[in-house]
Amino acid sequence: MKKFVLSTAALSFALVSLQAQATQFTVDVQNLTQGIYFTPLLVAAHNADTHLFKAGMKASDALQAMAEGGALTGLEADLDTASGQYSANPAGGLLAPGQSATTTSIDTGTSNNQYLSVVAMMLPTNDGFIGLDSYPIPTTPGTYTININGYDAGTEANDEIINGGGTPGVAGIPVAPGGDNGTGATGAANADTNTHVHIHRGVLGDTNATGGMSDLDSRIHRWLNPVARVTITVK
Amino acid sequence: MIRLNMQKTPYRIGLPLLMMATMLTACHHDDKENSENRTFSITVTNLTANQPLSPLTAIAHTSGYHAFVDGEAASVALELIAEGGDNGALLTEAKAASQHLDSKSGTAPIGPGASDTIELSVTHGSKAHISLLSMLVNTNDAFTASNAYSVSDLAVHESRTINLSVWDAGTEANSEAAGTIPGPADQGEGYNATRNDIVNFVGIHRGVISADDGLATSVLDESHRFLNPAAKVTIKRID
Repeated sequence: MKKFVLSTAALSFALVSLQAQATQFTVDVQNLTQGIYFTPLLVAAHNADTHLFKAGMKASDALQAMAEGGALTGLEADLDTASGQYSANPAGGLLAPGQSATTTSIDTGTSNNQYLSVVAMMLPTNDGFIGLDSYPIPTTPGTYTININGYDAGTEANDEIINGGGTPGVAGIPVAPGGDNGTGATGAANADTNTHVHIHRGVLGDTNATGGMSDLDSRIHRWLNPVARVTITVK
Repeated sequence: MIRLNMQKTPYRIGLPLLMMATMLTACHHDDKENSENRTFSITVTNLTANQPLSPLTAIAHTSGYHAFVDGEAASVALELIAEGGDNGALLTEAKAASQHLDSKSGTAPIGPGASDTIELSVTHGSKAHISLLSMLVNTNDAFTASNAYSVSDLAVHESRTINLSVWDAGTEANSEAAGTIPGPADQGEGYNATRNDIVNFVGIHRGVISADDGLATSVLDESHRFLNPAAKVTIKRID
């Protein structure tokens, strides 16, 4: 199947002169974890100068709001300013462990929106998020799969205390959507040493439902990368 | 029937195009390169600190066969591998699948740092995918795998190296408790039909905790922890 697709593209290329072609594609995002929920996904096509986040750089205010509380409005405004195209919340809410959601078709037309980025907050974490930064959108029809990792926005201490705190700058974790958390934790970590966006070191958790360092359960809420799979289907 | 037709059509169209491309460019392709009869040498290296891998399960197949699907419940055959390292049922099912080309089992576990090599010979090389599975035996139900990796475009003598992650079969609670882990860390139970994990579907493993990292009832120690990747695989097309 793949060979046929590639051959046809090669033939088209040979017979028709080079011309800018619109790319039409859908993006499927699957949660590969067994105990972490994703807040509403933001799937964006944008130009080369736009980034929702950059590993090794400070998080923008908009990224911080997404990573600490799942809010997308700031990032959407940034994309609007850059004439980007995006699908916000294709899952219609939280993306539960094991589940996947697919965007409606995105058509980049004659724009320069040739790069794909995906973000969503990981719950329950303080400021962890799944991230794909500026993957070149393929133009050859086919299916492309990318496994992606969990990042730490570097904006909030990973105290692992569930207290409803989801506003930027407010300590704590908004919620454990699975309802499987403990309470009464004293706090697992102080402020981040690395205040730039970096690969998340994972959570600690503990097995103490009414105290201990963490409100997370070490038997449920830990994860290893990759945390999500992005599948791009180019028509 | 429909599947067979769908596979045939692109092949018929694809081959003339391929031949045309060959004539236009190099003209030195020999028959061997395009032969559908191909042999792959598959070497798996255990990259973990202290997780022996159960004897390999190696399957060559065309597209459409999956030993497991992320987010879906594990088959009993997969559960047998993930909980006890027993690949008999999965190999039997694979051989019965219409997509099956060749399959073999490794003869012994692969210790940390060690490797094992298996050769698979196929008759539809331009459609070949490789699936590999092996249990991390000092766990409740963790396995490492290559899930239908395409080797259809490998040239003769070409090799490719990939890293494998660890999945949790979602079939047994990760209690790490005495008597529940078949590997040398515990020598406990392997397969048990009861499904009591936090979910009943396959996902990327969240790692083991161990007694040293706060799970008091764990028989594992810090040396049994792992991160991805857990194994390195080199697939070489030898003819």
